[in-house]
Amino acid sequence: MRAWAPTRTWVRRRSPGELLVRALPSLIAYLLLILVGLAFFVPFVWLVVTALKPLDQVFTIPPIWIPHPILWRNFHDALTHPAFPFWRLTYNSLYYSVLSTIGVTLASALAAYSFARIPFPGRSAFFAITLGTMMIPGVVTMIPTYLIFKWLNWIGTYKPLIIPSFAGSAFYIFMLRQFMMTLPWDLSDAARVDGSSEMGILLRIMLPLMKPALLVVVLFNFMGCWNDFMGPLIYLNNTKLFPLSLGLYAFLSREGIKWNLLAAAALVITAPIILLFFLAQQQFIEGITMTGLKG
Amino acid sequence: MSQQQAGLPGQAQRGLRLSKRVRLAIMGYGFCLPWLLGILVFTAYPTVASFAFSFTKYNILQAPRYIGIHNYVQMFTNDQRLRISVANSIYYTALSVPLGMASSLALALLLNARVRFIGIFRTIYYMPTLVPPVAATLLWKVLLEPRQGLVNALLVRLGLHPLGWFADPKWSKPALLLMSMWGIGSATLIFLASLKEVPAEMVEAATIDGAGSWRRFWSVTIPMISPVILFNLVMAVIGSFQVFTAAFVAGSSGAQMAGGVSGTAGGPLDSLLMYMVYLYAQAFRYFEMGYASAMAVVLFIVIMILTLLIFRSSGRWVYYEGGVR
Repeated sequence: MRAWAPTRTWVRRRSPGELLVRALPSLIAYLLLILVGLAFFVPFVWLVVTALKPLDQVFTIPPIWIPHPILWRNFHDALTHPAFPFWRLTYNSLYYSVLSTIGVTLASALAAYSFARIPFPGRSAFFAITLGTMMIPGVVTMIPTYLIFKWLNWIGTYKPLIIPSFAGSAFYIFMLRQFMMTLPWDLSDAARVDGSSEMGILLRIMLPLMKPALLVVVLFNFMGCWNDFMGPLIYLNNTKLFPLSLGLYAFLSREGIKWNLLAAAALVITAPIILLFFLAQQQFIEGITMTGLKG
Repeated sequence: MSQQQAGLPGQAQRGLRLSKRVRLAIMGYGFCLPWLLGILVFTAYPTVASFAFSFTKYNILQAPRYIGIHNYVQMFTNDQRLRISVANSIYYTALSVPLGMASSLALALLLNARVRFIGIFRTIYYMPTLVPPVAATLLWKVLLEPRQGLVNALLVRLGLHPLGWFADPKWSKPALLLMSMWGIGSATLIFLASLKEVPAEMVEAATIDGAGSWRRFWSVTIPMISPVILFNLVMAVIGSFQVFTAAFVAGSSGAQMAGGVSGTAGGPLDSLLMYMVYLYAQAFRYFEMGYASAMAVVLFIVIMILTLLIFRSSGRWVYYEGGVR
């Protein structure tokens, strides 16, 4: 036996039984991956199936996998249901997500640039403080922050949810700053010699180079706002201002038995995020691994 | 850059340099001014104020009234529901953190074993983390319907009894746990990325030295990814103590939600009354801002102590390549 030369022919000469034994670990790995994959994916399938079912087929033993008839109009019924004013909810969600994302991206990029490239007294201390704020759990700032907005008479508006974004976010500042540290100095030095202002350098040289990192900030913050439940729950009391997440909760509370329509509504508010993910999968994966590896 | 100028003497040059430095400092402060203000207004002040409010009785309508440590005394001696919420949160954290860590690491290891179609698996595992929490909870309420939901149908098929899940005080927390396991995709991806950074030569060297796969795992892989394990562990503990949306939505019954003011969304027999859900109720249902602040302070201190303990112990099990930074 020429164990030192595991060539193709050498493998081929083994009996089928031996082959199976050799391949067993990877077979088990695949089997496990597929089983877990099914467990993760079947809920999505079930959401779609439930959304297309007549109500009396939602909960049955054995389960019904193909609705009969397939009720496409569940989507129509859910989105026009008086307890789920879809377009207004969508407008509110977009309003919140877009404005907050513009604010957080601008402010974080500016702060990150100053931490990465502009020397000023106290810079490293301020950066350390920035990192420190990430350690403070949101629960401890929640009540006094609410009271500030109460005092400003902003409760019942989107201001408490959007205005703080314009200060930036510690995590995004940290991430963008780390990214800027990897960019070459030559271009910005050249621009500085040519008399370009810091703002000009940031806008014309740094930002174009930073597109991938900025896209991560945009995607994560947009998704965070779109999915946000607790913020709107605390600050909004007028149902006219509810975003989709809160609207779905209200729908659930008022029509808690119409599971097919609820599933259709849940599917509709989930779809844009999934779509966004497939359009920018690379950025999502990079973003999520950046959180772990550089943190 | 500054070295090039340092060699040039002269009054004019020095004036120019100084003004340039001042100009840069102004730009620097200007660029991060919104952020620095934000720290002050939205982090520093609220953190201090939480401690201050925790010594008051404050219902928003009247000015806060100093009552010393009464809120804390109340918390530790006289609040049955608080005790339930603490027990619930500890139960949930004690199970969801180890289970989540172990399964996400196991999944990452499987994905790292040079399998094909890794992209598809990665996508499927990550997708659940994208679903808005309210929609995800709604979906799991459908899957775990107490009589004939899909999961119960599976249990019946396996010859077991259907379970009450969110409707049964005994099974509501396992239901929440099951749901949390659906969201381990991001931790999995973080682990996977760290596994890819483990140098192949190191694994090969261990193999040549006669280490089996089990030994390689414990002596090479685990030490190499230990900083990431630490990060995921800290994030998981902080996150699970602050779990809110899933417990709140799963624990709301129709009447409580419609009733609004009186309901606290704790699920059957308060079995889903997590610490944050109770804190939310104290603050924004009963408007006991002082008491809720005391609860926030206690949770803050507990999280800080746990984080510190994890970091202190990490000296023993976390390996930093190139020394401790």
